[in-house]
Amino acid sequence: MDLTSINPILLLASLMVAATPIILAAIGELVVERAGVLNLGVEGMMITGAICGFVVAVNTGSPWLGFLGAAVGGALVSLVFGFLTQFLLSNQVATGLALTLFGLGLSALMGQGYIGIKAPSFPDWHIPLLGDIPIIGPIIFQHDPMVYVGLFIVAGVWAFLKYSRAGLILRAVGENHEAAHALGYHVVRVRMLAIMFGGACAGLGGAYLSLVRVPQWTEGMTAGAGWIALAIVVFASWRPGRLLLGAYLFGGVTVLQLNLQAAGAEIGVEYLSMAPYLATIAVLVIMRAGRAPGSLGQSFHASR
Amino acid sequence: MTEPLLRLSGLTKAYPGVVANKDVSFDIGRGEVHALLGENGAGKSTLVKTIYGLVKPDAGTMTLEGQPFQPAEPRAARASGIAMVFQHFSLFDAMNVAENIALGMENPPPQAEIAAKVRSVSDQYGLPLDPTRIVGELSAGERQRVEIIRCLLQDPKLLIMDEPTSVLTPQEVDILFETLRKLSAEGTAILYISHKLEEIRALCENATVLRLGEVVGDCDPRETSARDMAELMVGTVLHVPERAEKPAGEVVLSLNGLSAKAPHRFGTPLRNITVEVRTGEVLGIGGVAGNGQDELVAALSGEMKTGRDMVQFKGNGIGQTHPNARRKIGLLAAPEERMGHAAAPDMSLTENAILTAATRKELTSRGFVHWGKARGFAKEVIAKFDVRTPGPQNAARSLSGGNLQKFVIGREIMQAPEVLVVNQPTWGVDASAAAAIRQALLDLAATGTAVIVISQDLDELMEISDRFAALNEGRLSSPRPAQGLTVDEIGLMLGGAHDMEVAHDHA
Repeated sequence: MDLTSINPILLLASLMVAATPIILAAIGELVVERAGVLNLGVEGMMITGAICGFVVAVNTGSPWLGFLGAAVGGALVSLVFGFLTQFLLSNQVATGLALTLFGLGLSALMGQGYIGIKAPSFPDWHIPLLGDIPIIGPIIFQHDPMVYVGLFIVAGVWAFLKYSRAGLILRAVGENHEAAHALGYHVVRVRMLAIMFGGACAGLGGAYLSLVRVPQWTEGMTAGAGWIALAIVVFASWRPGRLLLGAYLFGGVTVLQLNLQAAGAEIGVEYLSMAPYLATIAVLVIMRAGRAPGSLGQSFHASR
Repeated sequence: MTEPLLRLSGLTKAYPGVVANKDVSFDIGRGEVHALLGENGAGKSTLVKTIYGLVKPDAGTMTLEGQPFQPAEPRAARASGIAMVFQHFSLFDAMNVAENIALGMENPPPQAEIAAKVRSVSDQYGLPLDPTRIVGELSAGERQRVEIIRCLLQDPKLLIMDEPTSVLTPQEVDILFETLRKLSAEGTAILYISHKLEEIRALCENATVLRLGEVVGDCDPRETSARDMAELMVGTVLHVPERAEKPAGEVVLSLNGLSAKAPHRFGTPLRNITVEVRTGEVLGIGGVAGNGQDELVAALSGEMKTGRDMVQFKGNGIGQTHPNARRKIGLLAAPEERMGHAAAPDMSLTENAILTAATRKELTSRGFVHWGKARGFAKEVIAKFDVRTPGPQNAARSLSGGNLQKFVIGREIMQAPEVLVVNQPTWGVDASAAAAIRQALLDLAATGTAVIVISQDLDELMEISDRFAALNEGRLSSPRPAQGLTVDEIGLMLGGAHDMEVAHDHA
C-alpha cells in the first residue's frame, strides 16, 4: 500500500463535497423533526429530487434551474406525506417508509429516458483572494456553489431556531403540540411548512448527487444517503452545529476509504465500504443523544 | 349598576352526544373575583374555552365592555384583554422561562427585555422566578407562576384561572390568593374555576354553579355554606365514606432506606425512604406532583428495581423481583395514568383484566389464555364496581375517566391483595365515583389488606388514611396519625419541614 499517493489537501477538499448531499437532506429533516414530525421518507424525497433536478437541468441546460426543480419536486412529494399525516392522521412511521418506496419507484419511472446522459457541467467557484490562500484555499474556497448554499442553509436554520419568533413557535409546536394549540398557534400549518422545507432540502441533496457528484442519472443512486441523513439528525441531538460535524465525519470516512482503496490497502474492499457506516454508528452510540422534541412522531388533532 | 366587564348570554355548545353548555348566561364585573363551580363534565372547561376563543359557541353572544365579543382564536381574545392560566399547564418543558413567556405574548420584546420584565413583575406580586431556568426543572408551583406572569405581562382585564390550586401546597395557595386579591384590587376581574369549595368561600365574591352544562344557581360564596354549594353542584346529597375503627395489625411491607436514582431527566430520585405498613391500615402519602410519587410507585410495583432489602414483604427482600412475581405474593399496584399505564387504551376490558390478573386469578395455563374465565372476571369487576359500559368486550379507551378508574382499581381489589398501592385514585374523577372508590379502598383495608394511597388531594387523604406521611423531593416524612392533623401541620410536612417542633420554634 502506498499511503503517499493520498493527497491530504485533495482528501479534505473532497470531504466537503462528499458531505454536502447529506448536510442538505439532514438539515431539512432536522427542521421537520424540531416541528414534531418524523418523516422517514428522506430517501424517497432525495431520489425524487435527484431525478427532477436532472430532468430540468438536461432540458434547460441550466444546473441552477435543475436545483430549483429538485427543490420543488422534493417539496411536492413531501406534501403527499404532509397531507396523509397531518390531515388524515396516518401513522408517520409507516407513511414515511411508504414515501421512500414511492419515491424510488417514481424516480425510476421518470428517469427512463435519461439513463446514460451527462448532466450539464456545474463549474467550481474559485473565490477570489480566499481561494488563493495556500492549503486552506483549495480545501474550503474552491468548490461549486451548492457547497456554500448547504452551509448557508445550516447557518440560517441555526439562527432561525435560536433567534427568530417563528423559530420559537416551530420549536414550541414540536415540544408540546397541545400547549401550542392552547396558546393559539396553528400546529398543522407550522408542520406542513416544515415538512415542505424538509422535502425541498432533501430534493436539493438528491440533485447534488445527480448533477454534481456523479454527475448522471442511475436508478437508486442515493444508495442510503437519506437514511444516513436521518441517523445524523439524531446523532446531532437535533442541533444544526453538531449536524455539520456528523455529516463531515461521515463524508470524511467515505472519502478516506475510497482513497485507501485506490492506494491498494490490504484490507478487503467490503470492510472499507462498511467503514463510513460503522464509524457513524459508533459515534452515534458513544455520543449521548440529547432529548428529542417532546411531541416527535405523534399525530395532532385539535379536538375539544 | 354599571355595565359589566363581560356579559355572557345564552351560550350553547353541543358536541356529538353531549350538550356541553346549554343557555349559559352571567355577568362578570370589573375587578370582581367570580367563581365558576361544577363537577367534572359540568361544562366549565368548554365555557372558558369559549371565552378564550378556543371553542366557537353554537348559539349565544358575549359582550366585552359593551362591545360584541367573538374571538375567533386565542390571539384575538388576548388582544381584547382576556388571559388564561390552564389547568394542565400549557408550558414547554425543554425551553426556559423567558421563551415560554414569549410564546404566550402577542408582540414579545427581545428576550433580555422579557427577562427584566419577569423580574419586575415577580417582585411586584411576590412570585419569585428566574427567567433563565428550564421549565422542566421547576416545581409545580413555580410552573404555575410562569403561567401567571405570562398573563400579567399583558395587563389583562380578565384573568381566567382553571383549577389553579390542584397542584399547590397550602402555603403556595396562600401566596396565590394574595396575588389574586392584589390584582382584583387593581381592577382586574378574575374568573376562578374550581370544585374546592373552601377556597372559593375564602376568595370569591360571586359564584355561578354549573351542572350538566346548565347554570343551576348563583350565590355569594361568603354567605353560603360549603355543603349547600356542594349539593347545588352535585344535585344530590353527598355520601361520606364510613370507616370502622380497628386495631393495627402486623407489619406486612417495609421500606428500609429506599433510595433510587431518577429514572429519567425530569424525574425525582428517591432518598432514604423508611416506613412500615401494617395489615388493615391505610397509609396516606401526600405531596405535590413530581416529588417522587411515580418513582415510589414504580419501586413498589417492581417496574423499577432497587436494592434487594430496600423493599421487604413479610421480611423477605423483594427489591429485585419483577412485577408479576410481586403480584403472585400479593403486592399489587394501580398507577396514576389510567390510559397507557394502568390500562392499554385500545384493548378490551377483558384483555386489560388479563394483563394484571393473569397470575393471581389463574387466567392462563401453559401459556394459553382462559378466555371464558377472563371474561367472567372482567364482568365481575364491572358489576361489583358499577363500571358503566356495555360489556367487557369494549375497549378501555371508550370508558370515561371515572369509569375506567373504577375498573382499574376494582381489578386490583378483586384479586384480594395483601398490599395495594394506588396513585391518585380519584384524579379527574367525578365526586360520586370518587366516593365509591374511596369506600372500596376502606372496605378493602377492613378485610386486612394494607393500602397505600398516594394522592395530591389532601381532603381525600384525611378522609381515608389512618396515618399520613408527606413526600417531598423524594424524601418521605415520618408518618403521623391522620386524625387531628391540622392543615398548617400538613402544609409544613409537604413543604419539607419534617421536624414540626423546630418549625414551630422558628415561627
